[in-house]
Formats: sequence, structure tokens, C-alpha cells
Amino acid sequence: MLYCNAALLLRCNEGVVIGFDPHILIIDENLVRAAILEDGLREAGFERVSMLSKRVDLLRQIVDIDPDVIFIDLENPNRDVLEQMFQVSRAVHRPVAMFVDESDAERTEAAMRAGVSAYIVNDLRKERVKPILDMTISRFHVFNQLQEELEKTKQELVDRKLIDRAKGILMSRHQLSEDDAFALMRKSAMDAKQRLSDVARRVLQTSDHES
Amino acid sequence: MLVDHLRGQGTEADEDESNAAEGMRTVRAGFIQLIDCALLLVAAEKGFARNQNINLELSREASWANIRDKLNLGHFDCAHLLAGMAVASQLKVGNPMVSVIAPMSLGLNGNAITVSTALWEKMAGLGGLSGSEGPKEMGAVLAQVVANRNLAGEAPLSFGMVYPYSSHNYELRYWLAEAGIHPDRDVRLSVVPPSYMPDCLDSGHLDGFCVGEPWNSLSVAAGIGWVIVPTSALWRASPEKVLGVRTEWAESHPDALDGLIRALKAAATWAGNADNRDELAQLLARPNALNLPADLIRKILAGEILRPGGLDFTAVEDYIVFDKGAATFPWRSQALWFYSQMVRWGQVEPSAEGEEASAGSYRPDIYRRALAGTGTTMPSANAKVEGALVEATAVGSNSGRLYLGPDIFFDGRRFDPDAIEAYIAGFDIHS
Repeated sequence: MLYCNAALLLRCNEGVVIGFDPHILIIDENLVRAAILEDGLREAGFERVSMLSKRVDLLRQIVDIDPDVIFIDLENPNRDVLEQMFQVSRAVHRPVAMFVDESDAERTEAAMRAGVSAYIVNDLRKERVKPILDMTISRFHVFNQLQEELEKTKQELVDRKLIDRAKGILMSRHQLSEDDAFALMRKSAMDAKQRLSDVARRVLQTSDHES
Repeated sequence: MLVDHLRGQGTEADEDESNAAEGMRTVRAGFIQLIDCALLLVAAEKGFARNQNINLELSREASWANIRDKLNLGHFDCAHLLAGMAVASQLKVGNPMVSVIAPMSLGLNGNAITVSTALWEKMAGLGGLSGSEGPKEMGAVLAQVVANRNLAGEAPLSFGMVYPYSSHNYELRYWLAEAGIHPDRDVRLSVVPPSYMPDCLDSGHLDGFCVGEPWNSLSVAAGIGWVIVPTSALWRASPEKVLGVRTEWAESHPDALDGLIRALKAAATWAGNADNRDELAQLLARPNALNLPADLIRKILAGEILRPGGLDFTAVEDYIVFDKGAATFPWRSQALWFYSQMVRWGQVEPSAEGEEASAGSYRPDIYRRALAGTGTTMPSANAKVEGALVEATAVGSNSGRLYLGPDIFFDGRRFDPDAIEAYIAGFDIHS
């Protein structure tokens, strides 16, 4: 792990131990992703991590939790609720700013690509937030990869079933052995520069028409 | 699988190449799940963009903040945007936002103020309302409810709107303040995402809201709220969304922008034709757009809004306007009206520079440039006194045949863009 203990690292870098342990709030309706991020932050030594997944009355909940840093996923419509916090009002005493660092546009871009945005409360220095943001981005990537793999596995299962069904059809239609039916499909896939599952789909379609 | 992945990428590259070969230019635009994204959708789906050699790539986003950030990072060239966000970008207020201009309006009206059935029953009982009253009567009764709650020591009523710089915020505040209700002191006003509004109304977290369609009609259909004021009743020709364009992109791609404006104007003409209403409803109903029943959308487009109590079903005239009466023309006076409300509610300090920057956010010059030679009827002026037309009126135009629809405010005020200070000073209630 690259950021094995970001909180500690931060203290060392600053030379003085000032007990910087920011209160981090995660707003995410995807509980799995939120849990992955929370784990990552705790592993890195950040102890004060809160999670919010309830949609309503967000502002009041945030005021009660009183975080220093807020992470919210980009699919969350509640991002617009946070916009209200840029204006200091009776409801919000601590102004909030989005983490946009002009000296480091890449980090902002990376966060957007990963699917998360970060907000800093009060005048918390941006340098202090960077390791936390990096951790968040890497955890979002972990989640994205997990999801991609899950999707891939699901698709492979579906494909496998399709191919098996198509194989069965070819076997009975042309009196072929299992291996020969498979070899036939594979050859037509290669000739047509198609995926095996696409060929299988075509076999099933023609069989639908015939029946 | 790796090979498949590579093959997938190859297909995209091939498409780009074929686009380039045909002289097609890809324009990327974000939109929010609202009825008034219609023109972008129609331009992309009905071939109007293609006719201008534009491959219009639309991306549905979950929040206005997302749209802003993706404009900032250059992921989008333009977007379906709250008019006030373009003005705010020029005033440099709120969250950092890249310079965005509005060379075109995407229509007029289309929002409404909806209250919970419980609040409506209270209002109806207290004021003997039938449901057909106008904004003034509705506001007066709401003021009584607010006063009674205050006397009884009950929590203030809670209202939702969609963004700090949204027309919904300003429309709701305008109406409340005219009724003597201070929007910052007498009620609780907060940002709630449009798609969460019905749930919040149902659960009692909100007593009412101002939002664009389909969220008002959905709440009525679900039996949890009533539309008490369509915004067309507050301000007969109220500006709503705009085509928000990154200034940098507008300057470096003038031809693409002009083509896009022509495509959107053709889309407006198509969408404004009542004969196309069913097809438009079908388009908007699709899963990648609003993902809602087409019948509900068709009723909204026709202005068929059930009045409170459900007795009266008169269609609201000009409930949402896409084309007629120069609905897509970016009147500078409308940008300045947003500025006046930002000053009124303490979002910006008044200044001559602010006025100039606000006026500059709307770009009628680009609209004129793009549509020159297309036979489009355009007004001669770039600004007008808002709220001066009681009925449809012929105004100076390039063809001499332009009628603007009525544009009055419900309180009879007029907004003269040359006398903003006096206009703001004329309001009793402000921040």
C-alpha cells in the first residue's frame, strides 16, 4: 500500500505533531463503495470517518456531523445541496469550498474520472487534504475495477450459457459431436471476426425463426 | 477479452474517422432529466444536428454541479444550463466556474410551485380557496398559514428549490416576498435535487417546492401534492434554461456553435408545433432521457395541469414554451433580471461592473450571427422592458412580423434594464 499511513506521514512531513485527524464525511448511496472507502481511510490511519447514505435533509445532517472534508460520488444528485453551503447562511456557519487546486488540475481531473468530488470545510489547508483525496481516488478505482470484473463475470456467464445452448442446437441439427460443434462455431467466429457469443446468438436466432 | 476490448476501441476510432471524412463535428453536451432538455434531445434524435454536420453527443448528469465541473474540465463544450449559472459564471460568484455564455434560450416557463396535500388542505380551509385562484390570492392565504404557525410556535414551513442560482429560487422568493413572507426568515428554503422533491413532499421533509417538470406533475399524479402556481402565472414569459457554452469553445469553434444554434432553433420549431407533441412525448419518455410514461409527459407539454382539489382541468396557457414569441432569443434584459434578484437576495454586491458582466452573459449577437440568412424572425432590440406586454404585441423585427406574447409579472411590476437600482429598491423584502 502506497499510503500505508497517510495521517502519520502528514504529521512527520510537517515536523510537528499537531494531532491532525480530520473528520471525514462520505456521502454515497452505494454502500459497498462507501465501505471500501471507509476501510481504506481507516487503514491509512484516519480514525474519524462518518458515512451518510440517507437522501433527505442532507444539510442538517452535515451540520450535525460537522466534517472537515466531504467526499460525495458524482452520481449523487445531492451534490447540488452542497452548492448551498458555498454561501454562508444561518443554516451553515462554516463555509465549504470544493477541492479545486489550480496548481494540480490533474488531481481534480483524476477525481472526476474516478467518480468522486471533494469538499473542504472552513480554511483547512489543501495540502492536508491531498493524501486523503488520493486515497479516495484509489479506493474509487478499486471499486470501479471490482464492478467491471463483476460485470465481466456476469457477461461471461451469460455468454457461456448462450454458447452451450447454441452448441446443443448445432449438435442435434447437424449430428455433430460436442467438440465438432464447438470447433464449427469457433471457426465461423474467426472467419467473421466476431465473438463466439455473437455467433452463438446468431445460431439461436436462426433456430428461433425455424421453430 | 483483451482482444474484444481492443476491438471495441477500434470501432470508436473508426467512427471518429468516418465523422471527419464526412465533415461531421462532434459536440458534447450535458443535460439534466427535465422536460426542458427537449431541444437538445430533439436536435440529436430528429436529425437537426446532423443536418448541420454536427454529431451531438448528449450525456445525462445527476446534478448541476456535475454539469458545471464537466464544463470546467472541458468534458462538455456546452450544456442544458440554468440561466442563472451562466450569469453567476460571469459574476464569478459561487463555486469556481469557467466562463460560460448563453447565446440562446431553450424556452420559456415550465416551472411550478407545488405544495403538499396537507398544506393545501390547510390553505383551502383557512382561505376558502377553490383551487382556481391566482398567485396573489394563494400567496395571501399562505402568509396566514405562516403567521399562524409562527404564533403557535410551530416550526417554519419548509420549501425546496433546485440550486442557489436557479430561476426556481428567484421565482419562489419573488412570490413569497410579494405575499409578505420573508424567504430567509419566515420559512426554511433549501436546495433539494428535483428527483428527490416528490419523496421529500411525501415524507413531510418539505411542505412545498418550486421545480421544473415533470416533478410537479409526478407529485400530483402520485396524490401527494397540488400545483398551486405555475410560473407562467408569476411571470407570463419567464426565462428558464439556456444553452450554456464554454466561452473558450465558443471563440475557437464559431462555425460549430452557429451550426448548433441553427439545429436547436429547428428543433424548437419542431417541438413548438402541437402536431409533434405525441412524438416529442415519446422521445422524452425514453429510458436514456426522462424514463417516464409518455402520457404524463404529453399532458405536461399540453399544459394539462390538474388544479388543486382536482376539480378543474383547464389547460394552463403557455405552461411551457419552446418556440413562439422569440422564446429562444437571449434577451439581455432577462440576464439582468437574474442579476437584480442576485443583488436583492444578497448573492452579489451591486456594482456597475456586475451589471455589465451580467448583461454580457447573454449573447444575442451570436444568436443573430448564427441564424442570419435562415429566414428566422428576430427582434430588432437586444433588451426589452420585462413585464410591459399585457397581450400579444407586434414588435420591431427583421421581417416585421414578430409578435411577442404577454410577459407581465403577477404583481404588475416592470423591469426596466436601464433602471435596475430603482427596481431593486422598490421591493420591501430583500436579504
